[in-house]
Amino acid sequence: MQTLPTPGKPQLVCPAGSLRALQLALQAGADAVYLGLKDATNARNFAGLNFDAAQVREGVAQARQLGRQVLMALNTFGDARDRSPWQRAVDRAVELGADALIVADIAVLTDARRRHPQMRLHLSVQASATNYESIQFYREHYGIERAVLPRVLTLQQVQHLIRHSPVPVEVFGFGSLCVMVEGRCALSSYATGQSPNTAGVCSPPSAVRWDEAADGVRARLGGVLIDHYRPGEPRAYPTLCKGRFAVGALPHDYALEEPTSLNTLALLPQLIEAGVAAIKIEGRQRSPAYVAEVTKVWRAAIDSAWAAQSGQGRYSVQAAWDGELARWAEGQQQTLGAYDRPWR
Amino acid sequence: MELTIGPLLYWWPRAAVFDFYAQLADAPVQGIVLGEQVCSRRNEIRFEDWLALARELRAAGKDVRLATLALVMSEAELRTLRRVCEQDEFAVEAGDTAALQVLARAGRRPHTLGPHLNIYNAEALQEHARFGADRWVAPVELSLDAVGRINPAPSSIATEVWGFGRLPLAFSARCFTARHHRLQKDDCQFRCRDDADGLLLRSGEGAEFLALNGVQTQSAALQCLIAQGAALCAAGVNRLRLSPCAQGFDAVIAQFDAVFGHAADGQEALAALRRLPLPGTLVDGFARRAPGLEAA
Repeated sequence: MQTLPTPGKPQLVCPAGSLRALQLALQAGADAVYLGLKDATNARNFAGLNFDAAQVREGVAQARQLGRQVLMALNTFGDARDRSPWQRAVDRAVELGADALIVADIAVLTDARRRHPQMRLHLSVQASATNYESIQFYREHYGIERAVLPRVLTLQQVQHLIRHSPVPVEVFGFGSLCVMVEGRCALSSYATGQSPNTAGVCSPPSAVRWDEAADGVRARLGGVLIDHYRPGEPRAYPTLCKGRFAVGALPHDYALEEPTSLNTLALLPQLIEAGVAAIKIEGRQRSPAYVAEVTKVWRAAIDSAWAAQSGQGRYSVQAAWDGELARWAEGQQQTLGAYDRPWR
Repeated sequence: MELTIGPLLYWWPRAAVFDFYAQLADAPVQGIVLGEQVCSRRNEIRFEDWLALARELRAAGKDVRLATLALVMSEAELRTLRRVCEQDEFAVEAGDTAALQVLARAGRRPHTLGPHLNIYNAEALQEHARFGADRWVAPVELSLDAVGRINPAPSSIATEVWGFGRLPLAFSARCFTARHHRLQKDDCQFRCRDDADGLLLRSGEGAEFLALNGVQTQSAALQCLIAQGAALCAAGVNRLRLSPCAQGFDAVIAQFDAVFGHAADGQEALAALRRLPLPGTLVDGFARRAPGLEAA
């Protein structure tokens, strides 16, 4: 049995869907930001989101000035018809000075390793590496230097994985919860024909329809009725896995998951103790205000938990932090996800 | 075109499983993939049982491979995976990258790349060829034109596609069958046993949409490529996977054999399948680069 790595202070990795969000994340204390280009090469390919080359250059310059990092998400799978956008994106990341590439496709890993051996590679959550043997595979063949874990493991499983992992591990701390293993979900593709894995979109806005009627609002995705909100009932974005369906005798049930956000503030000391190298905040599709406020809370929490770990003071989740995060949580609800007992 | 029976994705009673495979020994199919791919709690049929079944089916002339779990999260699951990958009697279908790593360490090749490994372009498949893969089951959401581009014939890697059955669309750490019954996963009471073809999930308008199968979410409809013979050939596909269902499966095999073994008409066979009491409607959208739920 290998021993746990000596806990270090985890890096706070924050989402940047725009230059404004990047600036606010840096101001609020992010150690690193992650971003993607305006195309299908990254897993948050939505209109009005993401970066062109000039914006990446500007973002990298601002991060450098503050001694922070920019990670570039290149985490969809290259199209069989034309893989050149993924190849160009690898080159772009190098030219523009990104500190690391976050990659899922072994074709992209191969390409980056061969043509830019100095480029630092992180294994994207989209690669679905849920155990240390998988991580070892990517380490041996492509030299990845960090792995981002899918949101499916219990705390004990995370601890065990880190003990055996050949590279440092990044976990999600807060944000919209993927109920399914990332990179292993074709639900949206089944209903809309657009795949998160290749087009970088889940439940894309172009496939969403809101039908208003006297008895409320019906939300459809690719024609399938995903939810029906009664008059006055708060609406959520119709992500397929968080819709209400009929199963057995239950006519209108959140059969897969409720609209809720992952929030692991309460587990921060255990995550640090386990040796987690970085905590990731989800939400490149969210507003700059979300990024600023969530980053502030997590900066304070990590600093406080780290101080406690080093023998200074005691860590406890501040009511103000919880209150702030609750404002930004999906459906104003929060969960510990796979970390939590009801899932097991 | 060879026919492969994919791993049984549901938890059927032990006797039903043995009956099912006993009948397959005489069925007009060339390949059979055995083993538990969905949930490690389903342990009624143990590794030794699968191995014994594999030997019997091989003796009956079948090309038998052993599948590993698709979602591997615990050390116990890794131990099971190692047993499958380290045995040297049967080739393995890798459900997860962990299997590739363990197979390589054990010096075991060749192997099948299961449908849950994300291979979306030719370069990725060539990488896997380097690691010893000799068969590839395309991700279910891929169109046939993409499949043809990823593995153009002639190739050292055989291409298999999801020819028939509910589509495995997603995996989660959470067991949705247990959740439906308001049970915890650790105390699931094996309720997925009650649903021989998964637990049907309907849209708010009553349309059959998905099927819950423990930690796996499937389509309610059955993908059926029986009428896609020309497109399959054009894509260089040389194996079709038929995924077991509890009702009408022998008739499904007979129709596929008629079309792909004896040149029967695909459209007529599709019409015949539509008349059977199957657990869902027939779709083929993914094959045509359309939403997967579009009717065949």
